[in-house]
Amino acid sequence: MRLLIVGAGIVGASIARIASMYRGLEVYLLDREADVGWGASKANTGILHPGHEEDPILHPLRAKLCVEGNRLWRMWAGDLDIPVKFPGELMLTFEGCEGEARKYIELARVNGVPGVRLIYRDEAERLEPLISRESVAAVWAPTAGVISPMDAVIALVENAVSNGVKLLTETEVRRVVVSDGRVRGVETSVGFIEADIVVNAAGIHADEIARTVGLDYSLKPRKGEYILFDRLAYPKPRRIIHPTPTPISKGVYVVETVDGNLLIGPTAEDLPYHSRDDTSTSMEGLSKLLSEASKLVEKLPPRDRIVKFFAGVRPEPPRGDWIIEAYTDPWGFVDVAGVRSPGLTAAPAIALYLFDLMRRKYDLKLEVKDSWNPRRRGIARIKDKPPSYVKKLIEKDSRYGSIVCWCNVVSEAEVLEALRRMKSIGLKTITLDGVKFRSKAMYGFCQGSFCRAKVALLISRIEGIPLWEVRVNSAETKLGIGDVKYLLRGGVDG
Amino acid sequence: MARYDAIIVGGGPAGLSAALKLKMNGFNPLVIESGDRIGGVPIQCIHTGFGLHYLGEDLTGTEFIYRLIERVEDQGVEYKVRSHVFRARYPYRIVEVLSPEGFLELEAPAIIYTAGARERTIFEIGVAGRRLSGVYTAGEAQAYMDVYGIIPGSRVVIIGSGDVGLIMARRFALEGARVEAVVEAMPWPGGLTRNIVQCLLDYDIPLLLGRMVVRLEGKRRVEGVVTVRVDEDMKPIPGSEEFIGCDTVIVSAGLTPNIRLLEELGLAVDPSTRGPVVDDYLESVTHQGLFIAGNALVVNDLVDYVVEQGESAAESVSMLLSEGVKPRSYTRIVRGDNVRFVVPQYLSCERDAVIYMRVMKPEYDVKVCFKELSLEFKYPVVRPSEMLRLKLSRSDLDTLKGSGSLTVEVKHV
Repeated sequence: MRLLIVGAGIVGASIARIASMYRGLEVYLLDREADVGWGASKANTGILHPGHEEDPILHPLRAKLCVEGNRLWRMWAGDLDIPVKFPGELMLTFEGCEGEARKYIELARVNGVPGVRLIYRDEAERLEPLISRESVAAVWAPTAGVISPMDAVIALVENAVSNGVKLLTETEVRRVVVSDGRVRGVETSVGFIEADIVVNAAGIHADEIARTVGLDYSLKPRKGEYILFDRLAYPKPRRIIHPTPTPISKGVYVVETVDGNLLIGPTAEDLPYHSRDDTSTSMEGLSKLLSEASKLVEKLPPRDRIVKFFAGVRPEPPRGDWIIEAYTDPWGFVDVAGVRSPGLTAAPAIALYLFDLMRRKYDLKLEVKDSWNPRRRGIARIKDKPPSYVKKLIEKDSRYGSIVCWCNVVSEAEVLEALRRMKSIGLKTITLDGVKFRSKAMYGFCQGSFCRAKVALLISRIEGIPLWEVRVNSAETKLGIGDVKYLLRGGVDG
Repeated sequence: MARYDAIIVGGGPAGLSAALKLKMNGFNPLVIESGDRIGGVPIQCIHTGFGLHYLGEDLTGTEFIYRLIERVEDQGVEYKVRSHVFRARYPYRIVEVLSPEGFLELEAPAIIYTAGARERTIFEIGVAGRRLSGVYTAGEAQAYMDVYGIIPGSRVVIIGSGDVGLIMARRFALEGARVEAVVEAMPWPGGLTRNIVQCLLDYDIPLLLGRMVVRLEGKRRVEGVVTVRVDEDMKPIPGSEEFIGCDTVIVSAGLTPNIRLLEELGLAVDPSTRGPVVDDYLESVTHQGLFIAGNALVVNDLVDYVVEQGESAAESVSMLLSEGVKPRSYTRIVRGDNVRFVVPQYLSCERDAVIYMRVMKPEYDVKVCFKELSLEFKYPVVRPSEMLRLKLSRSDLDTLKGSGSLTVEVKHV
């Protein structure tokens, strides 16, 4: 049986990993981009939510799978060698809102979130000295964690592909083909692909795919902007800090990423439907984030320590419920749509839940392959490692001693390993962005102005293409237009 | 563990000139360079303006640095390329170096940090929009064109009118690209007058003053920029938005000292230079034995000043090596009217001192006053684009006795 997953984001990649466990399933993972995880998975806080903010009566699935997901990530991160940490989270309450905060203690109890309690300022300050002195109390949730979402998607896909999943990038699904009440496959930008089951995990575009089988719902695009500070920008709180949520948003988070950068975000801006790919940032968003964050902490790092700002568009489902359904009409069409927050947290639990659902709906006989390997190793890095470890790496491979990216201390060996892995999962186009997410070169405070050329040279050598043809962030975007005399020749290749 | 008299971090003009001076003074320095060759950024600067003071000749950056490299080779100065300082251990002055030959631990009584500057990015100057391809810093674009031999695009907008931006405008024009505009937020250009003439006027490149690029437009690659007129307080004026189509954006928004390693060590940093706080020996006031020179100390506009600082730091190290550590007391320099920064920030008042400073805005017929010394230097014009270099003699400074403060201000004559 062939299972085809549309969308290699955190949800699609988690589903692919679980699908790769089972015997007799031929699994395809499709994405329209040149690489995996380039939709909403790329731009979010990376927080693994504890699950005490989800109302089990309004959104039972969100409540259940968030708590489960938080637990599962501990195991998955270990198996897949994904950097993760669990610093815990303080939901700050201000004068007059203590009643609102108690609600979350109750939700934690109902949802089975361990360790959540209301603490007063003195205790909260001991946990995190940087919290705003205006706050009166906080809901402390010790199970809150942080992960790098891109590291996670990449790890999941590498693991899935090593267990037999086929990844098809630059493959945009136009239509799901149905006949006699059954899914037959998908029409894509590169032709028809046959499939028995199509899992729609297309993120913000999932409603367009669903419409082709006659389902009618609309996902509301909601933009979130973020600010990232330099790793050495202080003060930097250790705990995740956020305010007591409002109905529209969970509010702005102040969080230290797994790489040690202070991150502030997101804003919540509803976009017109036709602007759902609009990931532009704005000065208004930037100012808003800084002002919201300054209500949470006593002091922020100076503005000139901002490394970058970015935005993502998250899919807001009608009524807030995730649309997770295995349909029998047409048989074989599966929706995993509108997976808004806490989608990153829940992704592993969503994947398990989905297979349970499909087993029941489609009467699947799912047996785990003997050969299934749950493990994957990340790229061995030298940054922040003790001298003895670094010494060994250089002895084994002298290219570990050749530093390409000075900001993040990334060696040639790490860049080459990233390139090898991109090839091995079957990417059609090697992009600088793809290398950036994997190797962390071009990811530091200079944003690649020192090392992009060196990375591009390695790509041009391995791909056997001229330097100017190295792709940047898609198959179409190139580093340059030709050799330096190209325009003087009238734009003719010489 | 290998020992040297001094370890020099960075093999650009500051580091190489420091190494040469130390070698000539009879010491044994080692230069650590991250790149594939020594020389640093001047290698990619094929325009002139290098070496007029130091060598008495107007050379290109490439020629200038070649001369310096030749001397380094002649003198047998030891250096290591493709070597990156992983960590510095202080106060032991042990430097951990990563290189293809292995993980090295080196020891020296003094470190001269000359790692240069880095370019400010599109994010640091607050340009909104998407993250698009086709956006390069000026130095990166320069490397593509003049080291790697490729051209980034054909229709170019340059953000910032500092010298590097102006030179890149001409560079693109010379290779047949259309430079749509050089956009500068300030009401005056950021670069030297000669560069405005030789790089923009000579090539009919429009210079938009008092306008700011606020947003990038495009889907994957940049398709244009939105500019807006700004008032005196740098606030955008509503309704003044204008779109300029382009396929390439060059960010030339200034440099900032590249002092990562020093920040990790916890050195005191001056927010006005973004470089470390030093005394007139160019020694860190918080970390004894650590000297800083060149663009890592303060962003210079002439390579000659960079070299001068390299040599000055080398002389200080020579003194340290031959005479040992001597306690010093300091006079702090205080910035007065129209002074953006002053380097060094502290004076020992034990000897002649060279002062580098920059003004905040252009002024005509002014005097730079050292208040407590009743000392004045007259200038027909001062501009933010031109760093001022002043010499204070030991006899002038004697009265301060290395205590209290000394105020520097710019006043109308």
